[in-house]
Amino acid sequence: MDFNYSPEDEAFRKEVREWLEENLPQEWRRDRYMTMADRDEWVQVQLAWQKKRYEKGWLAPTWPKEYGGGGLTMMQTVILDEEFTRANAPQAGVGMGLSLIGPTILAVGTEEQKRHYIPRILSAEDIWCQGFSEPNAGSDLASLQCKAVVDGDDYVINGQKTWSTGAHRANMCFLLVRTDPNAVPKHRGITYLLVDMRNTPGIEVRPLKQITGSAEFNEIFFDNVRVPRSNVLGQENRGWYVAMATLGYERSSTSQGIIFKRSLEELTKLAAKKMRNGRPAIEDPSIRELLAQCAAEIQVVVLNGYRLLTNRIKGQVPGPEAQMTKVFWSEMNERMANLALEILGPEATLQDDDEDIRRWQMTFLSVKASTISMGTSEIIRNIIGERILGLPR
Amino acid sequence: MEFGLNEQQEMLKKTARDFFQDKLPRTLVRTLMWEDPKGYSPELWKEMAELGWMGIMFPEEYEGFGGDFIDLTVILEEMGRALLTGPFIPTVVFGGTAVLNAGTAEQKKAILPAIASGNLIMTFALQDSADRFDAAGVTTSATADADGYVIKGTKRLVPEAHVADKIICVARTGSGSKPEEGITLFIVDAKSPGVNIKEHITFDGKRLCDVNFESVKVSKADVLGPVGQGWPILEKALQYTIVAMCADAVGGCQMVMEMSSQYAKERIQFDRPIGTFQAVKHKCANMFIDVEAIRPLTYWAAWAVDTGAAEAPVAVSMAKAYCNDAYRRITADGIQVHGGIGFTWEHDMHLFHKRAKTMELNYGDSHYHRAIVADDLARSVATA
Repeated sequence: MDFNYSPEDEAFRKEVREWLEENLPQEWRRDRYMTMADRDEWVQVQLAWQKKRYEKGWLAPTWPKEYGGGGLTMMQTVILDEEFTRANAPQAGVGMGLSLIGPTILAVGTEEQKRHYIPRILSAEDIWCQGFSEPNAGSDLASLQCKAVVDGDDYVINGQKTWSTGAHRANMCFLLVRTDPNAVPKHRGITYLLVDMRNTPGIEVRPLKQITGSAEFNEIFFDNVRVPRSNVLGQENRGWYVAMATLGYERSSTSQGIIFKRSLEELTKLAAKKMRNGRPAIEDPSIRELLAQCAAEIQVVVLNGYRLLTNRIKGQVPGPEAQMTKVFWSEMNERMANLALEILGPEATLQDDDEDIRRWQMTFLSVKASTISMGTSEIIRNIIGERILGLPR
Repeated sequence: MEFGLNEQQEMLKKTARDFFQDKLPRTLVRTLMWEDPKGYSPELWKEMAELGWMGIMFPEEYEGFGGDFIDLTVILEEMGRALLTGPFIPTVVFGGTAVLNAGTAEQKKAILPAIASGNLIMTFALQDSADRFDAAGVTTSATADADGYVIKGTKRLVPEAHVADKIICVARTGSGSKPEEGITLFIVDAKSPGVNIKEHITFDGKRLCDVNFESVKVSKADVLGPVGQGWPILEKALQYTIVAMCADAVGGCQMVMEMSSQYAKERIQFDRPIGTFQAVKHKCANMFIDVEAIRPLTYWAAWAVDTGAAEAPVAVSMAKAYCNDAYRRITADGIQVHGGIGFTWEHDMHLFHKRAKTMELNYGDSHYHRAIVADDLARSVATA
């Protein structure tokens, strides 16, 4: 048990901080996203940041060098992530190339697919979205119905996808289709396809407005869309297992803890600033107790991030505690957002241009997605009960 | 940066688990809790000493293993799982670390090997009243005389004092601008004239005794650490003790989770195991989520205290508050999952439920400890 970093790690950390000082402009620091009305403007910042990191060789350090990645050890990658998060650096790039489909292709793709797609992800030439959920296939994803019928060298696709984040900006889609309508169990009839959205007729993207007021996710309609059979990732009817691999890729949890620690720091400062019954909210014992509870829960997120990191460094599979992380942080985040609005008081729901209000109002609204997406809290508790504790279905 | 147990610690864990599974059945636990006058088994104590558990943290020159607090935490967790009763924490964790950190060479030589061999039982007498355990609450006095000091006062809630050979008494020898100044620690022989012990038993079989020091004479050689500067020593030993209580809670929570899951698989109602019902399934899942929160917090706190990290006081308070709540939630849900039989004396669930409550209320409930964390948070933004 050791919570210290080695001298070499600390030297690298210093190097990263210095590079950030010189290369990350103040206007690009993530805090400002919360107040920027124009999301599309921010997308340009993210793309520009991706380019800078790529040029430095710090974009996809754990990816193989032969496809354009590489350069750092696992520990250095974590330190890089930590320091970028501390500096409020923007997310590098847009879409799910770096986070989800890139690692999936590297894990199960053919040599040709790796050589073709990976460099295009790194250069931001391709921007990816996910086509998994359907109106009638949410938690029960395996029941998806979007049909793919073989016709010569192509599949012909008809159906609809929903909740596709960023599809309105993407040119590529990783898509789950039903190639065997009679499969038993039904997940054995699913194929994972890589689809070019720009150059393929019949695809329509319709933005869906969210409770936050913006339209970040979309429906995608497929009307007799032809996709080459060679665009299968993995094998026909074996797409479910590839999808499970995709769903397993999450960003490093060590940086997540840092994001929350920053949020708590901001929240504590807010409590010192805002009044409550005539005194600063930070003096109220109830507010103090709720802040302390957030602090402990955030520390749990940080520590479980270290456990995940230790497993990764040792080349081990994540432990069972990895199952609880998403449900844990999303519910903690919900509590923290509610606390923030308590601290802000009745002005918290006004639509004014106050920076604090906008920031925490946005958190309060968006946080309701996090207990639902990537596995609802209820599904995850079922998974914990069944797969970890062995309870029957 | 590494978060996990090393190979040696994994072995310790397995050895401890097997040992208790073999030697401490629940029937014996019940006897020791409520019927046995000592409240623990001296035979088991000897065997644990032979396994080297008492001296794990002591240097080899004091018959120890030269290990660290993480090693001990692993064993403490298994003790909690097994519902071990008795003076292990007051002796090994409080007494052992206090003497190791602040004792003179003579004191260490006299005490540490005796603890390691299982031949010395210790405890600590801190609270002059049950409602507080801070320095300002220390009213027991120690007045200097020709040969040493004379201690006067009555301490409450002294763990397992009825079987202790030595009692570390927290007394006031003077005063200063802060209540922490003027506190001195004394290693008192429990058989000294004037030491009167009255046993009180908790509903989980702990003995939290009144110890009246009626003009008890001690020598200068019995002072532990510098005169008037005993509070920091006490604080550190108490930090170790609180983390040990957390480790005990983690072990208990793990066991309750396993028992509840097992029951949910076996108990049939409405023609199906009750574990198929989401309400029951989710209660068990929430136990898992809690266990995976308190275990890392406890081990982090153990590391922080043992390495003297700046975050140690906050870590201890975070761990204690969370363990308090988790153990309470888990044991309540444990009874709930078991339904009617969970409410019977015969079923073992209440042993954990009661132990959880005693643990929760001693040395700071959750509100107390969260206030400490909040103070630290508030300070950090004030200086930022």
